[in-house]
Amino acid sequence: MSRDMPLLARYAEGLFWMARYLERIENLARLVDVTQNFESPGREAESWLAMIRINADEEGFAERGGGLSAENVKRFYLLDRSNPTSIPSALESARTNARTLRPLISTEMWMQMNVFHRDMLSLTEADVAGDQLSRLCGKIKEGVQAHTGITEGTFFRDQGWEFYQLGRLIERADQTTRLLDIRYHLLVPGGKEERKQAEATQWGGVLRALAGYHAFRRVAGATFTPVDVVAFLLRDTSFPRSVAVCLEGIEWHLSRLRSRYGLRGTVAGLERVEELRAGLLGRSVDKIVNDGLHIFLDGVQRDLILLAAEIGTPFFRDWRPAAA
Amino acid sequence: MSQSASQTQSDPFKDYQSGPYFCELTRDRPDDAGAAAIVRQRIGKIGLDALRARAAAAENDLINLGITFTIYSESQAIDRILPFDCIPRILTAREWDTIERGVKQRVAALNLFLHDIYHQRHITNDGVVPADLVYGNANYRPEMEQFPIRFGTYVHICGTDIVRDEAGEFLVLEDNARTPSGVSYVVENRHLMSRAFPDLLAGMKLRPVDDYGARLLAAMTEVAPEGVDDPQVVLLSPGIYNSAYFEHVFLAREMGVPLVEGADLVVEKDRVYMRTTAGLRPVHTIYRRIGDDFLDPTVFRPDSMLGVPGLIGAWRKGNVTLANAVGTGVADDKAIYAYMPRIIEYYLKETPILKNVQTNICREKAGLDYTLANIEKLVLKPVGESGGYGITIGPRASKAEIDVARASLLADPSNWISQPVISLSVAPTLTDDGIQPRHLDLRPFAVTGRDTWVLPGGLSRVAMKKGSLVVNSSQGGGSKDTWVLSEDAPSQSQSQSQSQGQFQSQEQRR
Repeated sequence: MSRDMPLLARYAEGLFWMARYLERIENLARLVDVTQNFESPGREAESWLAMIRINADEEGFAERGGGLSAENVKRFYLLDRSNPTSIPSALESARTNARTLRPLISTEMWMQMNVFHRDMLSLTEADVAGDQLSRLCGKIKEGVQAHTGITEGTFFRDQGWEFYQLGRLIERADQTTRLLDIRYHLLVPGGKEERKQAEATQWGGVLRALAGYHAFRRVAGATFTPVDVVAFLLRDTSFPRSVAVCLEGIEWHLSRLRSRYGLRGTVAGLERVEELRAGLLGRSVDKIVNDGLHIFLDGVQRDLILLAAEIGTPFFRDWRPAAA
Repeated sequence: MSQSASQTQSDPFKDYQSGPYFCELTRDRPDDAGAAAIVRQRIGKIGLDALRARAAAAENDLINLGITFTIYSESQAIDRILPFDCIPRILTAREWDTIERGVKQRVAALNLFLHDIYHQRHITNDGVVPADLVYGNANYRPEMEQFPIRFGTYVHICGTDIVRDEAGEFLVLEDNARTPSGVSYVVENRHLMSRAFPDLLAGMKLRPVDDYGARLLAAMTEVAPEGVDDPQVVLLSPGIYNSAYFEHVFLAREMGVPLVEGADLVVEKDRVYMRTTAGLRPVHTIYRRIGDDFLDPTVFRPDSMLGVPGLIGAWRKGNVTLANAVGTGVADDKAIYAYMPRIIEYYLKETPILKNVQTNICREKAGLDYTLANIEKLVLKPVGESGGYGITIGPRASKAEIDVARASLLADPSNWISQPVISLSVAPTLTDDGIQPRHLDLRPFAVTGRDTWVLPGGLSRVAMKKGSLVVNSSQGGGSKDTWVLSEDAPSQSQSQSQSQGQFQSQEQRR
């Protein structure tokens, strides 16, 4: 039996994007959860505004009128199917890709996607009310994780798997930088003891949202500074959502495409990963923070967009840079 | 009735009346090895309520699995499941033998006819079929003239619509020689049955249906251009918005071949390639599920976005095989249908094993006169349509509808044929009013490479509405699992001598 099975360019593209949309959904749910849990009493609107900012959704949100309120932001991300950055929109896109991929993916993957899609698109206002929201975010995360687990256990490991993983890891790295960005303004040096305490609580929240709180505790020791959290989320070599671990995975999957499947078009992508890594490890985290974390994170996000294009251009059928 | 049967609350078949029609489950058939009786008993044991609950759960599975077809109306796309009726339809080995031989004969005649009309034209020169009916037909493709086809197989996949009259005789209603659909439901219905009703299937010796994909792939490989060692087969679909996309997916998966859209294929120097991550890879056989008109915008409809520019050129060079071939639509046209018995006799020197429904050709004076005189008694069909559209059923039409039909007929007689109303057979079907007779037909699927193979059974389409004769899925039809009893089914005497008590104890041991 020939193992040299060709993969339609359209399928590679579909797998890449299906994985990206699902990873995005999981991270959106994490963001909503952390925003709700750590909204400062009396300043709720500000917390939700930060969520809009990190997704660069100011314009789309303003278009809907209604003004800035927790309710409106939650509706915008959890219920609004006309908002392309909402969870239902992302899930619709993931399912459309899955439908395109139906000849390739396992029946179990397809069935779970169908059921997940149906459940999410039937959400109502009552489901996103304050007391229900955390549970809902948990359900959304579980939906994606069920997909991930079924995929891990059933999806055939040919080159399609590599494209799927590339989409997932690029999106994950991007989302981690965004979650980090939401708290960058807290990194003002100095400050009173009281304020430091409040900051520590908030950083604990970010870590919890990324399921990294306990792992961070294990590596950080008794006292930690915000810079330690930034270092952990950017450079830790074992935390599955750190940018460094994502980059390592991206490099691995690109190398596999090259060595095992003979895809030569991977050169540009591999070089981009090299550059990203140099930027990440080339100077101390203190220096990154002092030079401006927001600017740094912006740069990483831009490089990830370029990386996606460097994978899409040689391998996908109709590569058109989508809004990241 | 034995004691155990009377213990069940009530026999769901107690009030079942099939009327004057042939019933597929209650009519005694000495060669069914008691299978129908066993099914009736088992359904009685399950009971109506449990039957309904399980049927609903089974339909829910279909939705979750996305085993759906899409209906487009008022700019809305709705994914529907094909309603599934859980009471199976049973064909005995002898009945199947007749159908199988009849279908093979018919497919052979269709292929010989197509070869002839695109080459020597003996049949029209001999006056057996009127020349203008063939060469003036909108589905006749001059591009096909003198074009060599491997093994003379034009119709690789054929669906033959068969009905059954009051006497139980099988009659062919229509040939589908273009891109017939529905075979995925044959296989999925069996899967559904074994998931939701394993107790109905237990111990039944049935001909399997799950090797359709392997048979189809084998045929597609056989008909690939000569000299290609390891041909690449693909399935060409219009894409995810097509109403039959699920079936396209099913077939691609069962064959283990890529499902491609037009834009995935490219023609260079009269060779067809697919766009892969590693660049262009050659393609040798295309099982296409898009119509002739849309295949190649440089030859047929220039506005087609679904096709592949240059495909027909590559095909004419013999570098790629299309299944089905272009131009088969002339053979399954309703106008040609009327001549099928004569076509079979002409090429094969055989009597048709499956008869046609008697058909009056309105383009001929005798046929028109007869139809006009008896229009209230006849079914009037336009020759160009499919999917059950444009049909007038005389005995069920209002005076106004008859007048409209008469006017259409007189305006363009050659566009019409008429047939007597066939009393389609019925099968017990689960409805809101309990188990009721519903009319049904049968579409077996024949796959032809070098030789013809017929999938045992076929799609039994059921008119779910009371009294309705329209079984098309686009008009609310449903389907049933279709069982073909294998030759080595438990012998008649054995099963008939079995008491119900023994039978139930066997079930308990299961």
